[in-house]
Amino acid sequence: MSATMTEENSKASTRPSLLSRPMGVLAINVAAVVAGIALWAAVTTQGVVGLPTPLAVAHQAVIQAQNGLLWSDAAASLGRVFSGFALGIAVAIPVGFLMGWYRTARGIIEPYVQFFRTIPPLAIIPLAIVTMGIDETPKIFVIFLASFLSSVIATYQGVVNVDKTLINAARVLGANDFAIFRRVIVPASLPYIMVGVRIGLGSSWATVVAAELIAAQSGLGFRMQQAQLYYDLPTIFVSLIAIGVLGLIMDRIVITLDNTMTAWQEKL
Amino acid sequence: MSIKISFQNVTKTYFFAGQNSFNALQSLNLDIEDGEFITVVGPSGCGKSTAMNIAAGLTTPSSGQVLVDNVPVKGPGPERGVIFQQYALFPWLTVRENVEFGLKIARHPKMERRRIADRFIGLVGLTDFADALPKTLSGGMKQRCAIARAYAVNPKILLMDEPFGALDALTRVQLQDQLLATWEAERRTVMFITHDVDEAVYLASRVVVMAARPGRLHKIVPVDLPYPRTEEMRLSPEFSNLRNEVWRSVYHPATA
Ligand SMILES: Nc1ncnc2c1ncn2[C@@H]1O[C@H](COP(=O)(O)OP(=O)(O)OP(=O)(O)O)[C@@H](O)[C@H]1O
Ligand SMILES: [Mg+2]
Repeated sequence: MSATMTEENSKASTRPSLLSRPMGVLAINVAAVVAGIALWAAVTTQGVVGLPTPLAVAHQAVIQAQNGLLWSDAAASLGRVFSGFALGIAVAIPVGFLMGWYRTARGIIEPYVQFFRTIPPLAIIPLAIVTMGIDETPKIFVIFLASFLSSVIATYQGVVNVDKTLINAARVLGANDFAIFRRVIVPASLPYIMVGVRIGLGSSWATVVAAELIAAQSGLGFRMQQAQLYYDLPTIFVSLIAIGVLGLIMDRIVITLDNTMTAWQEKL
Repeated sequence: MSIKISFQNVTKTYFFAGQNSFNALQSLNLDIEDGEFITVVGPSGCGKSTAMNIAAGLTTPSSGQVLVDNVPVKGPGPERGVIFQQYALFPWLTVRENVEFGLKIARHPKMERRRIADRFIGLVGLTDFADALPKTLSGGMKQRCAIARAYAVNPKILLMDEPFGALDALTRVQLQDQLLATWEAERRTVMFITHDVDEAVYLASRVVVMAARPGRLHKIVPVDLPYPRTEEMRLSPEFSNLRNEVWRSVYHPATA
């Protein structure tokens, strides 16, 4: 018994040494990606699944980068996401605070939020197109809705979950309601808000691409939809990879932002 | 001496669903003199925190009232400093910013705020950690920061709810001595709740013993030991007699 224990202990103490170094994890990540691409290459050069090879996709990416289509598509998609997302967050945070702070506001707003939350934002697109036309407005509106609904709940949860003792601590130091709001509620709910922002950005990105598939004259989703008509698989792949990479970058940015803004949090 | 805090027939009843109600505190009458250090002991749930929160203005009594300087308490105020068991430091603020919090609320100018904060941070021995975030502090350091924060707004009354409950024995004794030293220098009125009979006797000029179900005052044990209290006193026969007396009335209220 004791012999196996020590053996396990020594294993446990040597195993994390590679993983505990950040470079070690990164190396594993890179190796995994390289292996994945190699597998993709192996499968497609055999012509097994009728998909383009990595080389064909890379070639198509270079062509699109050179003729500028890739950039203009990415810019169009990002532009929609950011306008809708910024609007959504800008409205969600004050509304979330209102809901958390005032019972009446919560009573009025919550049923709507809970109801619309159960409808996937994409399901709003047909209605948005019929009522708002086919220009930018319906797309931005749908993204606004997606990011608003995910952030408003997070903000509201943040306010509701603020530690009561912190509020009392502020009150006994002389803080009035306004000071408590500004100096306790806002900073204390920031970690929750950042979770909402992250989820909101994710759902905005997912929504914009889908919206472009349905009705758009530009954007990564639109490009894919066009390519679909011509069985242009490399272009579809280029767009898909661009969507993935951009989504990943945005998520990383939000995580970094979150980590710096809420560095005070005790993380387990 | 004048009466600083006066509990007058203070009752707190909690009502539950249906017709159930619960007397957390029943007709508490207690006068605390200006500059006095009293400790409150009693079994869990006997209403110690409830009584203190009513004096702090964080809880409203169901009936009766608490007078501070002969004025009924209507809400919290910076002249009554509160130190919570859970430290309640603002985790997003550094030690110095925590200590400056009340001064900022009171709109003290920046330089003065800093001067006052640094003085109290020094008093509790946290100078080297003034710019540290609470998450990097030990439990004892957090509690010292909370004490500095309460002192900084210069309250005439300190209400302390088991402030040293979560600390190890050594840190606890050190903070007790530190607390007594500042109390002797500035003579604030202190109401100090504790579970620890030893601590209750060591700190207080009077120990208030409460009983549960319903929460009520059971007995007041005067501690006729001179200040400054020393570690030797803890070993004296007088001290152990007092401790036994408090102990018996806490744990065997019926036979005491
Ligand atoms: N918000 C509340 N709702 C209902 N009952 C409450 C509430 N707060 C306190 N009580 C009850 O009042 C009684 C006294 O509580 P209080 O916190 O004052 O006890 P205490 O003496 O401080 O106990 P402890 O030593 O465990 O801290 C307890 O029985 C508790 O269940
Ligand atoms: Mg208590």
